[in-house]
Formats: sequence, structure tokens, C-alpha cells
Amino acid sequence: MVRAIIKSGVYHDSVTLMLATREVNRLPGIDEASIVMATKENLAILKNAGMLPPEMERASENDLIIAVKAQQEEQAKKAMQAVDQIIKDLRKRDDKETDQSLKSLDSALQIMPDANLALISVAGKHAVAEARKALESGLHVMLFSDNISLENEKELKMIAHEKGLLMMGPDCGTAIINGVPLAFANVVERGNIGIVGASGTGIQEVSSIISNNGGGVSQAIGTGGRDLHKEIGGIMFLDALEALANDDQTAVICLISKPPHPDVLKKISESIQKQQKPVVALFIGADSKKVEHSGAVPAGNLEEAALISVALSMQENPQTVYKKLNRRNTEIKDQAQTLVKNIKGKYLRGMFSGGTLCDEAQLLLANDGIKTYSNTPLDEDYKLKDIWKSQEHTIIDLGEDAFTTGRPHPMIDFGLRNKRILQEAADKDVAVILFDVVLGYGAHLNPADELTPIIKKAKNTNPTLIFVCSVTGTEADPQNLNKVKIALEDAGVTVMPSMSAAAELCSNIVHLLDKRGCC
Amino acid sequence: MNDLFENPLKVINTGLKSFSDNIRSVGADSVHLDWKPPLISDAVLLNRIKSNKEIIDVANRKALDIVMKGKPLLTGLDIAAKVIPGMHPKMILHSGPPVEWKDMCGPTRGAIIGALIYEGLASTPDEAEKLAASGEIEFDPCHEHNTVGPMAGIVSARMPVFIIKNETFGNYAYCTLNEGLGKVLRYGAYSDEVIDRLRWMEESLYPSLKNALNDLGGIDIKALIAQALHMGDEVHNRNRAATSLFFRIIAPALVRTSEDKEETAKVLEFINGNDHFFLNLSMPAGKACLDAAKNIKNSSMVVTMARNGTEFGIKLSGTGDKWFTGKAPVPDALFFPGFTKEDANPDIGDSTVTETYGLGGFAIAAAPAIVQFVGGRAADAIKYTLEMYEICIGENSVFQIPALDFRGTPTGIDVIKVVEKNITPFLDTGVAHKNPGVGQVGAGVVSAPTEPFVKACQEFLNRL
Repeated sequence: MVRAIIKSGVYHDSVTLMLATREVNRLPGIDEASIVMATKENLAILKNAGMLPPEMERASENDLIIAVKAQQEEQAKKAMQAVDQIIKDLRKRDDKETDQSLKSLDSALQIMPDANLALISVAGKHAVAEARKALESGLHVMLFSDNISLENEKELKMIAHEKGLLMMGPDCGTAIINGVPLAFANVVERGNIGIVGASGTGIQEVSSIISNNGGGVSQAIGTGGRDLHKEIGGIMFLDALEALANDDQTAVICLISKPPHPDVLKKISESIQKQQKPVVALFIGADSKKVEHSGAVPAGNLEEAALISVALSMQENPQTVYKKLNRRNTEIKDQAQTLVKNIKGKYLRGMFSGGTLCDEAQLLLANDGIKTYSNTPLDEDYKLKDIWKSQEHTIIDLGEDAFTTGRPHPMIDFGLRNKRILQEAADKDVAVILFDVVLGYGAHLNPADELTPIIKKAKNTNPTLIFVCSVTGTEADPQNLNKVKIALEDAGVTVMPSMSAAAELCSNIVHLLDKRGCC
Repeated sequence: MNDLFENPLKVINTGLKSFSDNIRSVGADSVHLDWKPPLISDAVLLNRIKSNKEIIDVANRKALDIVMKGKPLLTGLDIAAKVIPGMHPKMILHSGPPVEWKDMCGPTRGAIIGALIYEGLASTPDEAEKLAASGEIEFDPCHEHNTVGPMAGIVSARMPVFIIKNETFGNYAYCTLNEGLGKVLRYGAYSDEVIDRLRWMEESLYPSLKNALNDLGGIDIKALIAQALHMGDEVHNRNRAATSLFFRIIAPALVRTSEDKEETAKVLEFINGNDHFFLNLSMPAGKACLDAAKNIKNSSMVVTMARNGTEFGIKLSGTGDKWFTGKAPVPDALFFPGFTKEDANPDIGDSTVTETYGLGGFAIAAAPAIVQFVGGRAADAIKYTLEMYEICIGENSVFQIPALDFRGTPTGIDVIKVVEKNITPFLDTGVAHKNPGVGQVGAGVVSAPTEPFVKACQEFLNRL
């Protein structure tokens, strides 16, 4: 049975509600629970899930709605009654440090008159007003929220540009300003490499690899994924590039993005040509000649971008990096030979939480002639018919909207990916499962505890299945890179130093399996 | 842009709280906003706020200025029918927005029954109920007659009232005399002891006080409130200091004008024995000052906020005489032994005039003695007052809070801020039993419902 109640005028942020939902789901007799603000979108989701009794459809967007599917009336009632206390407990944990609750930007500015950045992560439809207020108060803005129109993005970025402020985002997941990791970011060494990135996990992977290889980051500025689209015209990418050029602590500039719109690329190239400082550019999947033309050093993947930046920051020749990576690839070939010996299946399945890492793996495999199906394919012909079902070689991004609607991001909540890993393991044709683990602030605090039992279970079902992963992060991250790595290795996972190395290994394995298949 | 890189990063975080915690855990500075979505999401209306900001600000400054310049003086007492505009023998005033007999809550009905018996218009509760339902009695809100009344707020023709004059603007406000706690008319009780006390108040308390005040010439209520705030009152749910101060002023005059020593002693004992005696002075003082700020074009300031036990209603300065109403909430309260929230009537009374005037719940940080109503810690009370600054136009020039380094109390509720920040006024309140004839069952706090503020704000913006 489905039961629901409305609480008028009660508001909690989505993370609090998701955590509360998880607690309610654990109560006896509860099949499914949903605690959400009754926005139009959430009501539609509830309705589709059959979790919305008709009399609840009148709920307004300032109402909280608690819906539970339970086996018995009494259990549903108990669960709904428990919600208040669960939320109170969650809030109490939150409130410990705060002496005073601030309700508006004005009052926050009274308490912190020298504030210089606003980090905004409220729902998209309210975020624009909050960001505008912050910019008008002279604050730089990092806008984590998504679901914001291009018009609004442009408007905010124009205001910021006029005022000489940073407008990072919308949909900016990662930044490191003055050594402080913001939102989903890693604790990296400070140094002289400045990063501008249109991708959150891209910045995370590059900054972590820089830090793990003796380099350091001065600033990492996120722009949001659409900044290099024609409509936005790279306003913030260009402003950030300029700011890093003028920053005394930045010696090398590293740019990360999907290929910009040609008009925007032209503007970026012009800007790069003016720079005195060396610029490393990775436009994921773009023709490297276009990049070279601008005077930037092209990088083929995130790892390469990071390592070249480190070399340049130490006045070393980038050629040393290519040599080193070539040597490493030879080692990976040998590693693949060893690994394939016991494998029975033939397909690769990639289960990703980071969008850019997913792109990177697909791209590397495609360059090696391996076509992969995906929910976010490089080639539309390889779009999965059903995102819930893999076919042949498949690589999916579980951080994509279709998977995250009404659910926390897979970097926070491993539930969906774990379920999918078990589903893949049950398929006897599957030989390799490739996945990413992203550490740092914002991400799950104990990823190994979530993954290792699942991997063991998967290996029980499919004993010859092998697992390959990369871990994005550093030893200074709250999860500690080394600890996570050891735990995963103990569970039998092959942990590679970067996603490109992990994908390279998988590429070799797939080629070896193909050869075996044909002979 | 490069300034950012050269200064320590200081972050204001809005949304996911963990982001702020993370920033702090790496040793950087961050404050977190306890953000809520605005109560109105209509972009057209929200833009109207932005484009009219200046004229609204000017109007609100003017309105607040009038409120703060007001000088409420207790000039005397008289009988309701003689001084309250429009009052007549068949009229009964009640608290809150207009309500018909059939929709009235238990306590209001109980108090009306008591008043009709007191007036001699009925001799039994049954008779009184029939008369009340007959249409022969005219019911009207106190607020429409320059009057305020706590809880049921019942005022009938023969009742004595305090007369407050706003010296600065020349307008008047009226309020009955406080009966004390327990079984009292304003909480809906109408037994013989209630009626007997009302008669004694009319026959003894009223003439004594009237004579004493004639002798004194008048009492500056604003000054008394300011002093009482420094002594632990917020003059809504705690009036002990203010009542004591009033007692110190009135006592010599009562003695000097006494005709019967024993009666004078009884009057002094009555005032002394009723901590809430001053409530019926702080309320009309607020009313007199707020009424002067009515009808200011483009002002989004709340000038009236009152409940009738069924509905919660407000009026804005810039929207004239129109009430905006919503369902009255049931307060969170500490209940007297034997009673629970099940017994409680929805919120009732004109006493929220104190909050409208920057006192009561808005000044609760000044009243540590009653923090058990808000969670038990003085810090909780301070938190509530600080929150009210968010929705007010300004800070009071006379009423100060010692615990906030004598910061002026948050004064002049701006309906726009209420809607934009999704924070409704925080109110101290008494709790009446939902059935007529029982009386008070507890005291506590309540947040105003959102509905009246949303309706008022929409109308205000549409009229711009």
C-alpha cells in the first residue's frame, strides 16, 4: 500500500531529504520511501513511481511530501511518524558548529563583511536569483546547481564579466581557489600550475595527478560544461585564462574541456597566442593540430595534460612525459597478457560515476578501434537502446541525468552502481568490469567499504571476472588514496594510476580476448 | 579578479551544508546560509519587487519612522461605549480579523457568552448563545475600532478601557483591563467567578485607577517598555518588570486619591498579583503607534497582525483596510498539568500587536526568564530575535536588547522580506482551551502561517 502525507511550509535541502529517505527505507516493512519537496518535477516522479495518492496532487511547491510504500498500514504510519525525528537528528548533526543561523546573503555579509566567494547549490530555479544577488554584492560565484537556462547563464556571466568577477558554473562541480577545495574537489599540493576546466571530474583527475607527481596547483577554476558553447562564447574560460596569466603564482596554464565551438576555439587560440606562460590544452576528442596551431602544447588525455603541466612547471621538456608514458604502455601490455590467462568472457563493461572519465575511457578505446555502447556515446550509432541493459562492450555514465533524477550522485551513493555491477557480473559473457573511484570532498567517505563486498559477491557469481579501476584522488584527501587503493587491491581489483592507464589496460585485454576468440 | 587570489578565501555557502563544513575542515573560512525558497515563485511578481525597490524603500522608511516617532501616553480610563468609536450596547468587539458567530472558536464563543451575561443581555449561557446566534448582536474586530484585546479580545459596551493617546500624531487606542491568569473571560471562561471579577473591575478597580491617573496626569508607556526590556520583559509573555514599574508609579497616586483604604489595598494587591497587568498597556501602546502609519502608499510594512482563534489576519500600510487571512496555527506550548496539544485552540488574540511593534517574540532575546518556551537556552532566544531582523525594515530607536549589546529591537515587518526569505514572524502566545468555558491551558510560541503574507504580498505587488 502507498501512504503519503503533506507537511505545509516545511523546507529541507535535497541532500537532507535524501539522507532521511535512506533512513526511512531501512525501517521495517518499508518497500520504498520518498521524502521530497512537492515541486512539479518531484510530484511527476512520485506519480510515475505510483507513489502519489490522488489527494496529494494538490500539494504546493512549498510543501514537504512524505510518501511510503509499505506492507502494512501500521508500518507505513510508523515510518511517516519517524521522519520528523530523523530529520531533526540529521539537522542536529549539522547545527553543532553553527552558533547562529543566517537566513540571507545580507546577514551573512554582516557576519563576514570580507567574504569574497558565494558557493551556491540550491535548486536550479532559485539559483539564478541567488547568484545574481551574490554578483551584485561583489562576490565571485561558484554555482554548483544545474537546470539553468542558457539565457540565464549568459546573463550571469555577463554581469560577472562586467564586474571582473568569476562566475563558475552553472553546473560547476569542482574548483580549487587559493588551495581550498570547493564542492567536489581533492586536497592537492599548492604549486604553480593554474587549471581552467569546463569539466568537474576532469579537473579532479588532472589536479590529483599533478599533485601525486610532484607538481602543485595555484588555482583550479571551473567554468561549467556549457561555457565553450556558441551561446555563451567562452566568457568565463577566457576571463579565467586571463586571470591566471596575470597571476604571479601561476607559471603554467592547463586547459581542460570538450572541444569548443569553432568560433569560441578561435577566441581561445587568440588569447593563448598572447600568453607568455606555457599553456597545455586538452580539448577531449579534438584534433590536436587545431590546438598546436594556437601555440598551446596539446595533450591527448587527462593524465598526459597533468604530466606535461608538471614537466613544464619544472622547466622540463614535455618529451620526457611521452617517453615515460610509452614505457608504461609497454608494461601495461605485459600486465594484460598475465590478466587474460584465466578470463572466460569476452566483453568489457564500464561503470562510471565521473562523466569526463567515462568520455576519456570511451575515447581511448575508440582510438584503439574498440567500439563501445553507451548512454553517452561518442558516436550516436552506439547509443544504448535501453540504458538499464548493456550490450557487447558497454560503458555507461551513471552520473547522467537519467540515472540521477531523484537520487544522489553515484559519487555519493554507490547503491545504483553496485546493483549494476552485480547485474553485469551475472552475464557470463562479461570478462572485465572497468570503473572509476573519485575521492575528495563531496564524494563518499568510505568507497572501499561500499565496493569490496560487491566485488566479492560478483566474483562468486563469475569467478573469472576481472576488475580494473582508477582512483582519482590524493593521500591528503579525507578518504586517503593509499588506503582506498590497498583495500581495493585486497579485494582483487587491478588499480591503475589514472583512468587513461586503466582504459589502456582494458583496451589491451579486449584485443587479446578478440585474438583468442578468432583463433 | 586577481584580488581573489591574493586574499584569504572567505565563502558564503548557500545550499548543501556539507560544502561549508568541508571548507572549514581544511582551515578556510565559510559561513552557511540556512536558505529557504521564497514563498512566491512567480518571476513577474518577483521582478516587480526589484523594479520598484526604491519607492518601496522610501515608503517603508517613512512608515517605520512614523511608528518609531509615536509617543504612546496613558491619559486615562473610561467606559468602552463612551470612548470607542462606533461602540454601542448591542456591539461586541473580538480579536483578529472579522469572523461570524458560526465560525467562531470555542474561547471566543465562551467569552461572548460571558460578556452578554456581564452586560445583562442574557442571564444564562444558553440564553447568551441564542442571542449571539440571533443576529441581534453586532460583532466586529477590535482593530476596526482603534482597539486591541488579548486572546478572545472581547470588549462590550460597559467594560472599562485604558485610553492611550499617541502624543505625536494625536490618534487614540483602547484596551480593556487585564483580569489575571487562570479562569478569565479572555480565555473563554464565563463562570460566576469570572463575571464577579469583571464587575469588581468595573466598580472598584476602574474608578480607583481613573482617579489616580487624573492625579498623575498621564504615564509615558513607551518609556516604561524601554525600561522593562532592560529588566527581562518582552512585554508579551513576560510583563513582570513592566507591571512592577507601573505599580511603582501608580501606587502613591492610588493612595493619595483613595476614598476607602481597604478598597485601595485590594486594587494594589490585584495589580501586584497579576504579572500580565501591563500587557493591556503594551498592546494599545503598539496599536496607537502602528495606526499612525496606516495607508502609506507603496509601503509593504505590516501594520496589523491578529488572530481570532480561527483565522490569522494581517493588514499592510500600503493596501489600506483589507485583511489578508489564513488558517490560524496551533502553538507549540508548555501545557499546564493535565492538558496537551489536543486541548489547544488555534492561535488567538490581538496581542501580536506587540510583535508588529517590534516587541514580544521579536524581543525575546531580552527575556531570558522565559526561554523555556523556545528550547531552554538563552542562545535559542537570541537566535529567534536575530532571525526577526531578517524580516524587519529597521531597528528600534528606543527599545533595546541588553544581550545584543543594546541593539534596537527588530521593528516594522516587511511583507516582501517575509516572502523572499520564507521567514514568518515569530510570536509569543498564550494557549486557550478549544472548548468554551475552560480557560488557559498553556503558553508558548508559534510561527505565523505563510498564507496571509503570501496573499498580502501578491496584492501589494499587483497594486504597484
